[in-house]
Amino acid sequence: MRQKALFIVPYALWIVLFVIAPLALIFYQSFFDLNSHFTLANYQDYLTSATYLKMTLNSVWYAALITVVTLVISYPTAYVLTQLENRQFWLLIVILPTWINLLLKTYAFIGLFSRTGSVNQFLQFMGLGSHQLLFTDASFMFVAAYIEIPFMVLPIFNALIEINPSLLNASKDLGATSWQTFRRIVLPLSMPGVKAGIQAVFIPSLSLFMITRLIGGNRVITLGTAIEEHFLTTQNWGMGSTIGVVLILAMFIVMFITGDSREKGGRH
Amino acid sequence: MKRKVAWGKVYLGLVFVILYAPILYLMIFSFSSGKTMERYHGFSFQHYADLFADSRMITIVINTVLVAVLASLIATIVGTLGALAIKESRGAWRNSLLSLNNVLMVSPDVIIGASFLIFFTVLGIRLGFISVLLSHIAFSIPIVVLMVLPKINELSPTLVDAAYDLGATRWQALSRVILPAISPGIIAGYFMALTYSLDDFAVTFFVTGNGFSTLSVEIYSRARQGVNLEINALSTLMFLVSLALVIGYYFVSKHAGRRQRVVAVKEGDAQ
Repeated sequence: MRQKALFIVPYALWIVLFVIAPLALIFYQSFFDLNSHFTLANYQDYLTSATYLKMTLNSVWYAALITVVTLVISYPTAYVLTQLENRQFWLLIVILPTWINLLLKTYAFIGLFSRTGSVNQFLQFMGLGSHQLLFTDASFMFVAAYIEIPFMVLPIFNALIEINPSLLNASKDLGATSWQTFRRIVLPLSMPGVKAGIQAVFIPSLSLFMITRLIGGNRVITLGTAIEEHFLTTQNWGMGSTIGVVLILAMFIVMFITGDSREKGGRH
Repeated sequence: MKRKVAWGKVYLGLVFVILYAPILYLMIFSFSSGKTMERYHGFSFQHYADLFADSRMITIVINTVLVAVLASLIATIVGTLGALAIKESRGAWRNSLLSLNNVLMVSPDVIIGASFLIFFTVLGIRLGFISVLLSHIAFSIPIVVLMVLPKINELSPTLVDAAYDLGATRWQALSRVILPAISPGIIAGYFMALTYSLDDFAVTFFVTGNGFSTLSVEIYSRARQGVNLEINALSTLMFLVSLALVIGYYFVSKHAGRRQRVVAVKEGDAQ
């Protein structure tokens, strides 16, 4: 019995110190101003300031756009993957880039998108002229979607291969066209995977701050960028924590809407 | 029908090109003798030579690997114990342990980073190696638990009962029966923790302080200053390390799978 107690000690310590305490602290810190006085001013500022509210809406809007772009690219990818013979191998090929350091993948785009970079050279070669690509909203969304694609493909793939093939055969036997089969059988049955994918992409997209700097040129301020700036640049931890609490709330709302999907498919 | 599959393959090919082009692009320019990622200037190992002569970068690589190896080792031990504890718990208690376990899995990195920063400041822990190590241990533990727990659930209770019936002590049952049977999960957990730690940027960025740096943070600060082909050389090497890790993980889990089957057969014999 005593050994059983010993088992749980390090793990319980971890839960108390690194799960409960930090979350409690961020909540607690959100009630303090720059002079460490207890106050509700941070929340008041946040809720009455047009800048903060606009930033939040902007962040949600961009996260939604990134999620939609990722979904549109990933769903057909996952679908085609399930039709292949060595599908587990090809899935591994899609997942492999997630093992490469995030910073390096982002850095690659700085070169690709630069004024005289390869993408512009290609555009000029095609006679489309060179464009400012880096530090635009489009490049920010493209790079964010690029990074999130595997995290969307994986749960959709898993949902698709779980579909019982006899259902598809039954649908064909009953005279459905392949489009009808897809719309009435495949799509509804793959929704849990889509929801898990949305959850795995939307929340990280709200909190991106590195890509907004390096690729977006700080044109888009996400909730994550705002938190990072308040903590590390302006040192206003109270306001940073308040935005953090907002982000945590947003996370719960997303998780509530997308239902109790399976565990998160990826890492960020 | 055939036509549809062909179009699907074309689409998939396009996705693969998009996924891999940036990575290959980085690697190709690491061998260019030029200074930018614009025009290829002929083959050269110059940037690799620069990289190995860059003592600051070498120190950071050693720091990063040290943090990753130590953090994932400790996280694997704590996480495995945690998974065993969760297995022994019941009802509501078990559910709340599982939910608490997953908090750090679903929390955005900025929240983890910011809250750990407050936590270390409150405790008076100086930002540097220790704070980074503790953070990496903390965010790796839940992954280990999630990798180990399914293996513990798969483990047949009759196997453990048999060990006790044959006179094993609790420690013997754990070390001779339970741990070997769940070792595939433990090894998978260790590998996942290792890659999480090597890859992490956001959490480390918050808790790293001034004197200490890891690769991701260093690449970030160099990338803000623009293109530097030394980073390309580094990325080629890191890609090879990632590839080796993936292949290693694949073989370990395959080998472990075979051992798992042996356990299953033995279990059948016992019945």
